[in-house]
Amino acid sequence: MTIIEACDLRKEFPVRVKVGRWRRVRRTVRAVDGVDLRVARGETLGYIGANGAGKSTTLKMLTGVLAPSGGTVRVCGLRPVPDRTRLARRIGVVFGQRSQLWWDLPLRDSFDLLRHIYRVPSAEHAARLRRCRDLLDLDAFADTPVRQLSLGQRMRGELTAALLHGPEVLFLDEPTIGLDVVSRQAVRSFLGELSRTGDTTLVLTTHDLADIERLCRRLVVVDHGRVAHDGSIADLHARYGSRRLVVADLDSAPAEPPVLTGATLHRVEADGHRLVYACGAASAAQVVGALAGLVPLRDISIVEPDIEEVVARLYRSPAGEPCTAASAGAGLTGAPSPGPRTSPE
Amino acid sequence: MAERWPAVRRGERAGGALVAYRALLGAQARAQTTYRTSFVVDLVGNVGATVFDVLAVVVLYGVTRELGGFTLRETLVVVGLNATAFALADLFFGNVERLPVYVRSGLFDAVLLRPLGALPQLLLMDLPLRKASRTVVGVAVLVAAVTSAGIDWTPGRVVLVVLAPLAGTVFFGSIFVATATLTFYWTESGELANSVTYGGRDFSSYPVTIFEGWFRAAFAYGLGFAFVSYHPALALLGRADPLGLPAWVGWVSPGVALVAAGAAALLWRAGVRHYRSTGS
Repeated sequence: MTIIEACDLRKEFPVRVKVGRWRRVRRTVRAVDGVDLRVARGETLGYIGANGAGKSTTLKMLTGVLAPSGGTVRVCGLRPVPDRTRLARRIGVVFGQRSQLWWDLPLRDSFDLLRHIYRVPSAEHAARLRRCRDLLDLDAFADTPVRQLSLGQRMRGELTAALLHGPEVLFLDEPTIGLDVVSRQAVRSFLGELSRTGDTTLVLTTHDLADIERLCRRLVVVDHGRVAHDGSIADLHARYGSRRLVVADLDSAPAEPPVLTGATLHRVEADGHRLVYACGAASAAQVVGALAGLVPLRDISIVEPDIEEVVARLYRSPAGEPCTAASAGAGLTGAPSPGPRTSPE
Repeated sequence: MAERWPAVRRGERAGGALVAYRALLGAQARAQTTYRTSFVVDLVGNVGATVFDVLAVVVLYGVTRELGGFTLRETLVVVGLNATAFALADLFFGNVERLPVYVRSGLFDAVLLRPLGALPQLLLMDLPLRKASRTVVGVAVLVAAVTSAGIDWTPGRVVLVVLAPLAGTVFFGSIFVATATLTFYWTESGELANSVTYGGRDFSSYPVTIFEGWFRAAFAYGLGFAFVSYHPALALLGRADPLGLPAWVGWVSPGVALVAAGAAALLWRAGVRHYRSTGS
């Protein structure tokens, strides 16, 4: 069942660009340029893109903050801008960079206020608050005015505030931005718990790909206002040719690195003492097995394909030009390489 | 963890927005007690502002016996109507002036994400109790002026002396809202908005006969400021308009106020649709 449906969604901003000393030219910037998106109820979707790719603008159009310049959009069956207040009752939104809490009030008061604003029955409100308190350790700072909270504490407050009315969809705009490792983990595991055990649909924008890898099975990459990829993380790797790497440390360097079927030599490091193969048709186990018979193995490690590298490639591709498997796969350099690198000749 | 999340709520929930607004207002009151000193300073400052308005008029009459054909007592009726209307409008609608700040800080996004009207939320985002002092002064000036101006009280004039300041409040409120919507198109519009709002307030603090030409035409009848205090004052005083408008014009200010409110609502709606938010 579809809960979010956007079709050819567009947002254009007129900007005035200074030309010469006096003249200004009106230009149109297409922040979102024809995004199609369908999200099923209960799905957890990662929405990523470089700065200025149109992530936040899309999110604002989905939540009714911005009116689209074109295209159609339905969230929970409602049109976000005309039905804004009705939709607001059914969605929750967390902005990493701005607060929705009452700055001068203790967190507890903000929660209480939200109960009135969203008209949530007390029992229901209490049940959700209890769940959040347990998972997010809110009690330690529930009586502190929001302005005195640390960013990590505030973000935990924001998450709770966005969930107290039982939204059908929770939109998160960079929820882990600026957080330290511990808070980041706390937020991630909370969202993981929410997406596993609840029936809330999550839409998450982030620059931290670890968030995506931990939380989202589906990933939408936007680039220059368009959807550049929509599918699972595995799809992304398959499409852009990123592969699992087998790193073999050898006791002695062979004269010539062995040629394997179903895997290609990706890199030679440490004067031939380390060989890195990229798995193709062959599984990692087959590659290891084949290598064991050919070279004196000392140690083996398998490196998962690195999503960051693929995404960085996607971001760098110029507007309008589809990023090909060749251009993405060619620079597959995701493996950590402690030794000096020598490029494969 | 075995415990599941409480299920999401599906579908609509019914009315009762007033409860929500009252809760918002209560929260604002609690938040404001955090800043007691600034509250007292504002309270005193606001009384000062209205007192200066009255003093300015009195000082002018120290130089001349008549201003635009009106005596001091007659002019004070205009001042009183205007001060009361503006103080009430500032009390209820003045906070919309902070829209540029809310837009720039991104707070307006948060406002749009709540299931309440954006404008009522903005108006309630500050509880301007400090401005209440000004209303008291305005009413005091009005009462003093109408009791000493030798008004021939009829039932109609009694209604008018209550209705006119309220219509003026709605009118000034509409001006506050309408000028604030400029922010949605042009973020640095604050000064222009102020020149209309406060220029209009100062304009309607005097009989319009002291102004001339296009300026009078624009402010008095183009924007409608003559209906705030000048025409109701003529009707209360039983004077014919030196500019020749019929006597019933003094009674139309509630209608003018409603038209202004409708126009302001349309502008606001269009403005919110045009809202561009900020980056990220």
